[in-house]
Amino acid sequence: MKLITHNMLSSNIIKGVKNGYPLGIQATDVQVNEVDFNPDFVARIIPKLQWPILCQAAESIGHLGDLPKELISDFESNEEFLKKAHHILMEIEVKEGNLVCPETGRKFPISNGILNMLLNEDEV
Amino acid sequence: MAAPVVSCRKYLVQFAHEHLDFRIPELLAVADIFGTTVTIPEAYDKENPYLVVDLPSDEIVKKIASRTILVKSFYQLWAQGHSYDELFHQLRELPHALMAPYLNKNNTFRVIHDSFNKQLVHREKVALIEKLIGESGIEFPGNISLKSPDYSFHLLEYYKRDIPTSSPELPDRVYFGRWITDGHRDVIKQFDLKNRKVIGNTSMDAALALIMANMGHVTTNKIVYDPFVGTGSLLVASAHYGSYVMGTEIDWKLLHGRGRSSRAKQKWRTRDENIHNNLCQYHLGDLYLDVMVADASRHMMWHQIEMFDAIITDPPYGIREPTKKVGTKKEDVEIPEELKSGHIPSKVTYDLSQILLDLLNFAAKFLVLGGRLVYWLPVYREDYVEDNIPLHPCLKLIGNSEQILKSTVSRRLITMKKVQDYEEKLHLAELPNNHYKDASFREKYFRPHEKGPRNSKPSRFKNNYVKAVEAHVRSHDVTCEDANEHRSDVQERRESSSNSCYKDMAYGGWSPGKA
Repeated sequence: MKLITHNMLSSNIIKGVKNGYPLGIQATDVQVNEVDFNPDFVARIIPKLQWPILCQAAESIGHLGDLPKELISDFESNEEFLKKAHHILMEIEVKEGNLVCPETGRKFPISNGILNMLLNEDEV
Repeated sequence: MAAPVVSCRKYLVQFAHEHLDFRIPELLAVADIFGTTVTIPEAYDKENPYLVVDLPSDEIVKKIASRTILVKSFYQLWAQGHSYDELFHQLRELPHALMAPYLNKNNTFRVIHDSFNKQLVHREKVALIEKLIGESGIEFPGNISLKSPDYSFHLLEYYKRDIPTSSPELPDRVYFGRWITDGHRDVIKQFDLKNRKVIGNTSMDAALALIMANMGHVTTNKIVYDPFVGTGSLLVASAHYGSYVMGTEIDWKLLHGRGRSSRAKQKWRTRDENIHNNLCQYHLGDLYLDVMVADASRHMMWHQIEMFDAIITDPPYGIREPTKKVGTKKEDVEIPEELKSGHIPSKVTYDLSQILLDLLNFAAKFLVLGGRLVYWLPVYREDYVEDNIPLHPCLKLIGNSEQILKSTVSRRLITMKKVQDYEEKLHLAELPNNHYKDASFREKYFRPHEKGPRNSKPSRFKNNYVKAVEAHVRSHDVTCEDANEHRSDVQERRESSSNSCYKDMAYGGWSPGKA
């Protein structure tokens, strides 16, 4: 599971949960894979994301590096910044671990890089 | 003063003769991607694979051709007619300026003849080309090169068949033009499912998956999402056109490469059978975002709205893949704490009409404005009416093409575009007329055919086959669904064999070239 995906997800599917965003990350295996850098895509996607949440998530698994926690204003033209953002968004992958609902503590397991967001039949 | 620039030129499109209902929508969608509109004449004849269109330039034509799956070739149209006299007359009247750039003695050329609905022998083809050169008044000053000419000219004939088995003497239409480029059809073979790393029971055929990506306006740097991702065949096609891809699937085993394989001669899936590897096979791995095990009916798992540029999907129809979502019929179930880890949730039937309504609601909320939803609507052909297509106030229907699966059943590729911002609770999908109201698609699909085969009475062999299957059904304790499956199998065999009988009969009396 990549951090770009984590940024989009919430646990509001659980009965009674109102604010299931952002999900906590418990990672037991984090890998860094090389992915082609595409500045246009990264520049296009950043405005759609919650930047502070992304930084928080990267920090919680020890991969924030020197990425500024505040989104800089000229990010679209700053290639160095886009490269760092690309690394966090696309190259860091949680292989094993859990995402955790902030309200109930319900864990959503990640195995072999694939997150399982299915609820059990008693939770729907 | 320079000659006035011609803003639109006549081009001839030569379609491939498959998926007839999809050819025009695909052409329009691809032209739209490159900012051009194509006007389709009212008298458009589906059976004729040639279509004359106005397009601004060769450059635009080449761009369009770089994506179209159902276009074989594009030509610059020089003349057309209902007869050769008409064609030659038009060629003689053709402004010299249009031809001159391609007719000079330093360039090599060739003239090719091609006909649709009638096979001409070599001698006849050569005679037609000679007649063209003799009577059209065009002079080809350059040298002939059949293998690699600078310019290739094509004489194309369309024979209209009123009787499916015989061609008329004279063509209905003749065209003459300069070949510009071929379509994008070579890619179909490249993505052939036979060589795909991971396939499932309902993996989408390569050509149709690519057409769906075209209908969805999939281009570089976009995000495409498939809520019923399966083995990711639609993601592969979308990534081919440069989009980043994401998907969810309710079947845990499918995403993790466990369970039984869908391939013949392979019993179990291997652990490396996953969607990421499917993309890597085509060097598209960098465009993989993520896939997740999730229930498509649960929209609340997505925090950000307007995330996706296209939603391209093939929902389960309940035939080869079940229509399910997490749930239980029991009341007050509680799973003990010690069993929670690794528990596989029970599932309940998820009505196809509800799947589609949920899909539209999802698309209306999570697509960017202008984004597209492309999905299949399975229908029982006799009962289908246009009101069966679900509607949403934010989505505009722009494509509806039929793929016939068997004589009674088809699926329709529906394309919708988000044209209005979404407002929670104000905008909900509705189904003017639920196609699955009386019976689920599965029940309709396996319903015995009332009318029986169209042609002739079944042969003794076929009768025996039917009896054998029915005896098998009686003697084995098979479920009702299985029996229905058998029956429909018999039905299909009946139909296909009666069709082939028909072909054999037509072929029996006369065989071309072997007399």
